[in-house]
Amino acid sequence: MSAPTVSFDREGAAPVASLCGDWTLQGLEGRVDALRAALDTGEARAAARWDLTGIARIDSLGACLLWRIWGDRLPPTLDAGEHTLAMLESASVLGTRSRLATPQSTSFDSLAQLGRAGLSFGRQIGDLVALIGQLLLDLLHIARWPRDAPLREISANLYKTGVSALPITALVGFLIGVVLSYLSALQLKTFGADVFIINILGIGIVRELGPVLVAVLVAGRSGSAMTAQLGVMRVTEEIDALATMGVPRSLRLVLPKVLALVTALPLLVLWTSSAALFGGMVAASIQLDMSYGFFLDTLPRVVPIANLYIGLAKGVAFGLVIALVACHFGLSVKPNTESLSSNTTKSVVSAITCVILVDALFAIATRHIGLPGG
Amino acid sequence: MSAPVIDIRGLVTRFGTNVVHQDIDLSVEAGEVVALVGGSGSGKTTLLRQVIGLLRPDAGQIRVFGQPLFSGDALADRRLRQRFGVLFQQGALFSALNVLENIAFPLRELRWLDRATIRDLVMMKLAMVELEPRHAWLMPSELSGGMIKRVALARALSLEPELLLLDEPTAGLDPDRSAAFVSLIRTLRGQLGLTVVLVTHDIDTLAALATRVAVLGERRILAYGPLDHVMNVDHPFIQNFFASDRLQRRPDVTVR
Ligand SMILES: Nc1ncnc2c1ncn2[C@@H]1O[C@H](COP(=O)(O)OP(=O)(O)OP(=O)(O)O)[C@@H](O)[C@H]1O
Ligand SMILES: [Mg+2]
Repeated sequence: MSAPTVSFDREGAAPVASLCGDWTLQGLEGRVDALRAALDTGEARAAARWDLTGIARIDSLGACLLWRIWGDRLPPTLDAGEHTLAMLESASVLGTRSRLATPQSTSFDSLAQLGRAGLSFGRQIGDLVALIGQLLLDLLHIARWPRDAPLREISANLYKTGVSALPITALVGFLIGVVLSYLSALQLKTFGADVFIINILGIGIVRELGPVLVAVLVAGRSGSAMTAQLGVMRVTEEIDALATMGVPRSLRLVLPKVLALVTALPLLVLWTSSAALFGGMVAASIQLDMSYGFFLDTLPRVVPIANLYIGLAKGVAFGLVIALVACHFGLSVKPNTESLSSNTTKSVVSAITCVILVDALFAIATRHIGLPGG
Repeated sequence: MSAPVIDIRGLVTRFGTNVVHQDIDLSVEAGEVVALVGGSGSGKTTLLRQVIGLLRPDAGQIRVFGQPLFSGDALADRRLRQRFGVLFQQGALFSALNVLENIAFPLRELRWLDRATIRDLVMMKLAMVELEPRHAWLMPSELSGGMIKRVALARALSLEPELLLLDEPTAGLDPDRSAAFVSLIRTLRGQLGLTVVLVTHDIDTLAALATRVAVLGERRILAYGPLDHVMNVDHPFIQNFFASDRLQRRPDVTVR
């Protein structure tokens, strides 16, 4: 490989510019600026004839450089080999500069952006409502044709979202119970109000902390998985393939996920709350010398059973919210990887936000139920 | 004669118990266009992936440009890889980037070209594969099957490779575009002395371009040589593949 060079020959009446060497991507590496400078002199502009016969190899980069240096045209007198000439002519598609300007942004754009965001939010809500409607229709369909019930999918989803979440939810619940009990015990001890640890843990965990904890864990675990799965199926056109086989996507893909999560979440709430109470009980027995028997005996007396029902109801509602949000974002993935990743993030964030919102609604709606003095 | 561009010796490939290649030897000289043909599932794509270095052979040696593919020196390996362009069977465009960015991507990775030049180069490549400037802003999911092939080809060409590996470049193209592809490869070969390995089922393309044909079947190379030589090899698959009626459409290319 030989380096690309430029030389000028002013003998005779007309000055001649001769180019030699390899005008290729490899040959030009690190020399582009120097060559541009050498060709941007008065001497070069005055050249009456261009001699390119010394060029050994030329590729698109060489051709495009020369084309631009010549001011977007070929010089009138040009000596070049057949291949060089063909390559240079292929650069003529470039035409003059700025033919391919990016769309300019104006100050008006930010307003349009805002409007677009609003419209897209409205559309998302619309899609979500349509999804819910479709699910109701699917349920009716199944009520009429029980044989179409996607039992296998439901059971597979139950296993994935419920059974396999048991260890992690138990661990997290247990640790939270220990921490909560330990911190409360420190405070209560100073007031000599040790027994109230059971009230605090009981109401706090069963009614509030258990459901929210499970919902956050499941949104991160199963919500993201659902979105990613549906999203990849969109990217690879698998959903279209299903549709052409006459398999309704909501019945086969969305409904099982929703039903499984609605079933699994309350059970997980029960499980995690138990683990958290157990953790609290262990910590209380260490910190406050409170016997297990006393703890278990007092718990049902100070925590009205309504709290458990509220916790389970929250579980059902949270499961519904997480599954709907996850499926909605999964189905709205555009066929590219960027949209897949952003929708997975959005799915988890929105699911957790919605869960907290719903939780607040629950708090307001049930403020007279199951609380001492309520 | 300088060292062959691709040199495969005693290649063995297995997927579990499925032996795909058994003792394959193949060498491609500089400036050649080698067509790799063979039945579906005969291991053509697999062979190409091994030459690129995406898949390690279970036994045997592959040298590209006289160098082993896995030298252990990351920089040398990367340099080596920049010398070949690859067109994947499914296109393998980056789905999050538009056409312009897809073709510009390898050029940007060089890190010494300015934006305007990269733009110009992309426009030239688009014109080479007969796409229009307005297509530059489309996303891969908005392209037709044939357009995906052409964008992938443009991307494979963007680094001005010395070796071009093409997996079914003309599948999904209409006859006019196939012919344009053939003339594009011919031109590039003339200008840059490209070496090309292409997998194809399209006899017209093969007849028009290939200097040598390698037939893959029964886990080995059944025949390797110029087209008229290969066509006369007495093997059922080869006789069937080059059945004379398929060539009748192009009577000018039967014997060269
Ligand atoms: N990653 C893999 N794991 C297991 N087996 C594989 C893998 N890739 C390929 N194979 C097997 O290797 C064989 C050859 O596959 P390959 O993709 O190379 O075929 P091909 O010749 O390119 O076929 P086609 O013309 O249909 O593209 C097939 O039997 C295939 O099942
Ligand atoms: Mg293949």
